[in-house]
Amino acid sequence: MPTYTLRINGTAHDVQADADDTLLSVLRDDLDLVGARYGCGEGQCGSCTVLVDNRAMRSCVAKVSAVAKAQIVTIEGLATNGVLHPVQQAFLEVEAFQCGYCTSGMVMATVALLRTTPSPTDADIARVLDRNVCRCGTHTRIVRAVHLAAERLRAVTPSAGADGRLGEPALPQVAQEAQR
Amino acid sequence: MTARHDETFEVERYELSSPPTWRFALERRTFLAIFATVGSGLLVAATQARGQESGRTGSQGSAPTDVKAWVHVSEDGRITGYTGKTEIGQNIRTSLAQAIADELHVPLDRVSLVMADTDLVPFDQGTFGSLSTPRMAPVLARAAATAREMLLDRAAAQLGAPRASLTCDAGQITGGGRNVGFGDLVKGRQLTGVVPADAPLMPRSAWKVRGTPAPKVDGRRFVTGEHRYTPDLTRPGMLHGRMLRPPGYTGTLTTVDDSGARGMDGVTVVRDGTFAGVVASSARLARRAASAIKAEWTVPDGLPTATTLYDHLKATASTAAGGRGSTPTQTGDPAKARTAAARTFAATYRIPYIAHVPLEPRAAVAEWEGDRLTVWTGTQRPFGVRSELATAFRIPEDRVRVIVPDTGSAYGGKHTGEQAVEAARLAKAVNRPVKVVYSRPEEFSFGYLRPAGVIEIAAAVDAEGRLTAWEFDNWNSGGAGLATPYDVPNVRTQFHAAESPLRQGSYRGLASTANHHAREMHMDAIARALGVDAVEYRLRHLTNDRMRAVLQAAARGAGWPKPSVDGRGLGIACGTDKGSYIATAAEVSRTDNVLKVERLVVAYECGAIVNPDGLRHQVEGAIIQGLGGALFEAITFANGAITNGNMAKYRVPRFKDVPSIELLLLDRPDLPSVGAGETPIVCVAPAIGSAARTFGAVADALPVRFA
Repeated sequence: MPTYTLRINGTAHDVQADADDTLLSVLRDDLDLVGARYGCGEGQCGSCTVLVDNRAMRSCVAKVSAVAKAQIVTIEGLATNGVLHPVQQAFLEVEAFQCGYCTSGMVMATVALLRTTPSPTDADIARVLDRNVCRCGTHTRIVRAVHLAAERLRAVTPSAGADGRLGEPALPQVAQEAQR
Repeated sequence: MTARHDETFEVERYELSSPPTWRFALERRTFLAIFATVGSGLLVAATQARGQESGRTGSQGSAPTDVKAWVHVSEDGRITGYTGKTEIGQNIRTSLAQAIADELHVPLDRVSLVMADTDLVPFDQGTFGSLSTPRMAPVLARAAATAREMLLDRAAAQLGAPRASLTCDAGQITGGGRNVGFGDLVKGRQLTGVVPADAPLMPRSAWKVRGTPAPKVDGRRFVTGEHRYTPDLTRPGMLHGRMLRPPGYTGTLTTVDDSGARGMDGVTVVRDGTFAGVVASSARLARRAASAIKAEWTVPDGLPTATTLYDHLKATASTAAGGRGSTPTQTGDPAKARTAAARTFAATYRIPYIAHVPLEPRAAVAEWEGDRLTVWTGTQRPFGVRSELATAFRIPEDRVRVIVPDTGSAYGGKHTGEQAVEAARLAKAVNRPVKVVYSRPEEFSFGYLRPAGVIEIAAAVDAEGRLTAWEFDNWNSGGAGLATPYDVPNVRTQFHAAESPLRQGSYRGLASTANHHAREMHMDAIARALGVDAVEYRLRHLTNDRMRAVLQAAARGAGWPKPSVDGRGLGIACGTDKGSYIATAAEVSRTDNVLKVERLVVAYECGAIVNPDGLRHQVEGAIIQGLGGALFEAITFANGAITNGNMAKYRVPRFKDVPSIELLLLDRPDLPSVGAGETPIVCVAPAIGSAARTFGAVADALPVRFA
């Protein structure tokens, strides 16, 4: 069985897995990073959403071999020194969850959305989060939380950076690794 | 497995699960055992509000027989409530703690709850039927009030101050210029109390914690991913299990070649009668091992399909008593009234099976220590699952402990414990803890569904259009919401139990949604045929003020009878279930044959509002869940298999489906609070169906489709 070095939340992890094993199974079963939830195993519910090179990805359908060179961030890597990421803080304040099972995925999808779309409209939010299921019906609060997080993030860095993206707290990366 | 009509999984099963016939008094040693677990202090046992033991008794009193909850005050002044209710997203971990905090005059963060651990909490039938708020909150409040009075008694003695002069705030009792904390009052003691029949509860006007929004207890653990649901748990030495399943929902195992799996390192194949599964060192290996087993199954011929289902239900109707509504309810003589009528209106409505699709699938971790079994699992009935386990393994219930971590939702879909039994059987075979997590397709095929149903309505009106007869027959959905709230002189309603080809059980609102859909669509059709406004027509037949109030509020809020945007359709429906009243107005648009719900205006009244923010959460959640059954959810099946049993094929409501929702919550502080997690679902579909009729004829079925 091959060994892959996965860069997750700023730490390199060696894992033994088959090429077509999913990132979600490695996160949950090998690394005990269970904040990414299993909901459907077919990339439909979004409960397993993580960031792969800053983009939202359904880890239940992402093959380990395809993400071996990427920077991966899970919900466990979002808060820094116990301070919640603004998206987490907004979800908490708005209480944009009931059972909470979709929350990790919703938060990660929102972080990715706000990197490319700092001032999303309701339609932008619905378009992107449509791939994440909340079965408890908390949708209207989630939309409110996304707007609140966007507002906070814009306040942190009022002008866009050179890449056109707004600033946000740095996400953990493996420092010694050259970026693509 | 074969298609079954097993009483255990009967329609409205929750009404069949009655409490134990005999309840024996708690012995002193039971209290002592609890103290050994929770530590010294003051322990108050609370019974149901009515029929209580009399007299506050202190440590020497006789023990109660029907304890529903404990409240414990520890030596460090912390307060813990113990209840068999489960937290499944409805936020009772917060709202029940609010009730305790209020009565003990402490801030909410001083109170925590131990929920659904069968070794630590008193027996509870389960978390369903919207009963936690109306039943469990008052029980815990009375226990907390009794604890407060006992603490005041002790403080009066300790401070040497007249009891009436004492004040109690933030866990401190003050009097005679001195004060003493709750913890100091109980230090080194094992004090017990029983809630008296006359336990003084605070009047609603004195509520400080209840009736106000409170942040969700442990909320932070959900936004950080730290909370561990059952699928996220690990135990030392834990292995992973997987069941061998038929290709569909049913089938009989005929041949098995498990050599491929047995040859794998770290894999154990477990066979016991018709039970077959594997245990492996990782979940991935367990999946591989299960798929390496070559098994053949036979599926009976001629099983009903999603198309033949409705004929099948009527053909298998049982004349035997089958729960609520199965005996016909009759007033007057509807058959005679029909023959004398000016016009009659008859229709048959078809309601498909739908799935709960809780995002957390069924899962269990089982661990044996000798002949003692502990199982962690997401269920709404921890004591019911304990009983299933005790029966399956032929051991006494007191050797089984079921612990329910706060669960990733249920909606009525987690009353049973098959996953617990499976994990425990696998764990027993390997003598190690084993975790079983259902895949999404397993959850669809081996959980259970909301019952499908056939509903026939025959109504008659006189020359003035007034309803004179109403006959309502439901096959298989169930009896909830069967009765009509409209004033009709001749009425007959009946529920007919039938043989369900698919496994079925409880669901949010259960049969009430089907029955409301048929009744309200029928009322709408009659009003249209008579050329009478649908709100006006209902009001002519409604005498109940609470029902009239929500209907009028929703109509007013929606701008009835005109939609807010030209070209849209506006529809309305109203109803009542579990003691609360709902009216829903829906505004829809049509593009080609596709309906889009643009706006919902919902008026809801459930008595006194306890937690306004939490109430909005529950009501909105029920409404959005109702959109699925109204617009697209329906289980399809043929040849013994569900043919849309995954999330790509079975669509549930998503962000783009959610319309603007305007909630009008009518507070009735003069009335008792009733649970609100279910009833708001029941009028979503008929309101949408009624609105859709603006654009053309609508089929007498769910989901709503043009005929």
